[in-house]
Amino acid sequence: MKERISPMTKPVSRDAKFIALEHEVRSLYDEVADLLDEDEVERFPSYFIDDCMYQVVSRENYAEGLPQAAIYCDGINMVRDRVIALRETQVYVPRIWRHFISGIRITAISEGDIHIRANFIVTEAMSDADPTVFLVGQYLDVLVREGESLKFRQRLAVLDNHHVRRSLIVPV
Amino acid sequence: MEQTMATVTASPIANRRWPEEGWTRVPFWVYTDPDIYQRELETFFYGPTWNYVALECEIPERGSYKRSWIGERQVVVVRGENDAIHVWENRCAHRGARVCWKNKGKEESFTCPYHQWNYALDGSLQGVPLKRGVLKKGGMPSDFDNSQHGLRPLLMHVEGGSIWASFSDDPLPFAEYCGEDVIANIRRQFPGKKLTLLGYNRQLIPGNWKLYFENLKDPYHATLLHSFLITFGLWRADTQSESIPGDSGHSVMVSRNVGKTKTDAAVEIARFKDGLELHDSDTVTPRPEFDDGKVIAITHFPSVVIHQQANTFGMRHVIPKGTESFELAWTFFGYEDDDEEMTRLRVRHANLYGPAGFVAMEDGEVLSESQLGAHHYGHRAAVVEMGGRDVEKQDHMVTEVLIRSFYKHYREMMKL
Repeated sequence: MKERISPMTKPVSRDAKFIALEHEVRSLYDEVADLLDEDEVERFPSYFIDDCMYQVVSRENYAEGLPQAAIYCDGINMVRDRVIALRETQVYVPRIWRHFISGIRITAISEGDIHIRANFIVTEAMSDADPTVFLVGQYLDVLVREGESLKFRQRLAVLDNHHVRRSLIVPV
Repeated sequence: MEQTMATVTASPIANRRWPEEGWTRVPFWVYTDPDIYQRELETFFYGPTWNYVALECEIPERGSYKRSWIGERQVVVVRGENDAIHVWENRCAHRGARVCWKNKGKEESFTCPYHQWNYALDGSLQGVPLKRGVLKKGGMPSDFDNSQHGLRPLLMHVEGGSIWASFSDDPLPFAEYCGEDVIANIRRQFPGKKLTLLGYNRQLIPGNWKLYFENLKDPYHATLLHSFLITFGLWRADTQSESIPGDSGHSVMVSRNVGKTKTDAAVEIARFKDGLELHDSDTVTPRPEFDDGKVIAITHFPSVVIHQQANTFGMRHVIPKGTESFELAWTFFGYEDDDEEMTRLRVRHANLYGPAGFVAMEDGEVLSESQLGAHHYGHRAAVVEMGGRDVEKQDHMVTEVLIRSFYKHYREMMKL
């Protein structure tokens, strides 16, 4: 079974190339958050390499090294299947989610892997209620360059939430 | 028991009369009335029942512990000396503060941070600081007896690696409490092989806790609501199935994984999606595991639903949080002798379950909506007549017999 890639922290030199990369990463995170908020989830898989890992996982599972995750995708096909299920089979009350991402930091660059840590909040608004804080957590990501673009080799959304209230419908 | 059942159940609950039709109706006040809720806690969770608290594999070594819940009371499950397992209330015998502040861990002994009363792994009081006072002043009375002031222990039972506890001093023996069908199916899944922990999921569902049991006593909804199950033949009305009411509020639902087959009945089920294909068919393709070919969901009242579906196993611990909310704590596990491929499948198939499960996500949605429908509708009642009006075992899933049978038991115990 594929293991999660452990986050890496290594000194980086803040040269012009690095600052350009930071900018590119920030844009990528904004773009992915935007497509999720705008309900364009069909585009979500295109941000992953084929041999990817995508998980929305509780902090307790992550800290104990337990493999289970609320959303567990090992490979891009499982990411695509999340989209299919969402669009074709799943029955849920419509609502609006919004991502707020802060503190994006490139913590290490190693053999082409760009290790990134960031915080997120996702709010949720039912159509007859005000928004609430739905999820809070940390992305522990690994990006790689594929052609012109940066893509996720790993995206872990590690939840600080003890509970997921009601249900988790869309990717984080 | 500190508070006897007699004093609690004798107190009247005003204006609550069950509809005349009997167990084919469920009045909506059972989901919203705080007096009913209090009586449920006393009658079921704190009464002569067995409650699921943990798996043995979660506390593998001497001193390993896990916090768990029975109703709204927190307990700690600890592995003590000579592999003995102890379950005690997480509240200091002195002033009631929680003694254990972490969800899981390993300790030599437990010390209440407030006044540092120290307890052994079995919950007995080992030491009270300044017990003899300071400079001959203060201290506990000379007749203060540590042995009378331990953490409140619970009765405990281990069944094939699953740990159960009771607040009652005199519950039925575990197997008898389960009844024949339920214990047989528990032993099928927990034959005594060592278990491996695969992880947790926790949901807070804004609905009454009983709705969750009813959901798992309702195979009828599964074959209509959950198109993922239906389409991929994981749970479907046109398969050989059984709905078995059990003792003490329990039940067993049986079906079979048949794969993606199109039958006349399947076409009638609106959410059967013939054209739907997954990119990764592993997610819906179980490896044969049980000789009987069955998939089984056991509702073990009042604390847990045990599932075996495709290759995923889970304990779904139901932890009530007031009338209108419950925590659903999922523990996923496998067997210690699983090969790597089986573990991979178990973890993948768990995508069906938990808060984001291809199947279970929909239950979170409909239960939340059901609770909203109960709110301020105490004068109305739900109708449960699918599959007839009786409470006997049925050899199909187009039925609400398990809900009827449950409310028969519930009314007897609650004196309603």
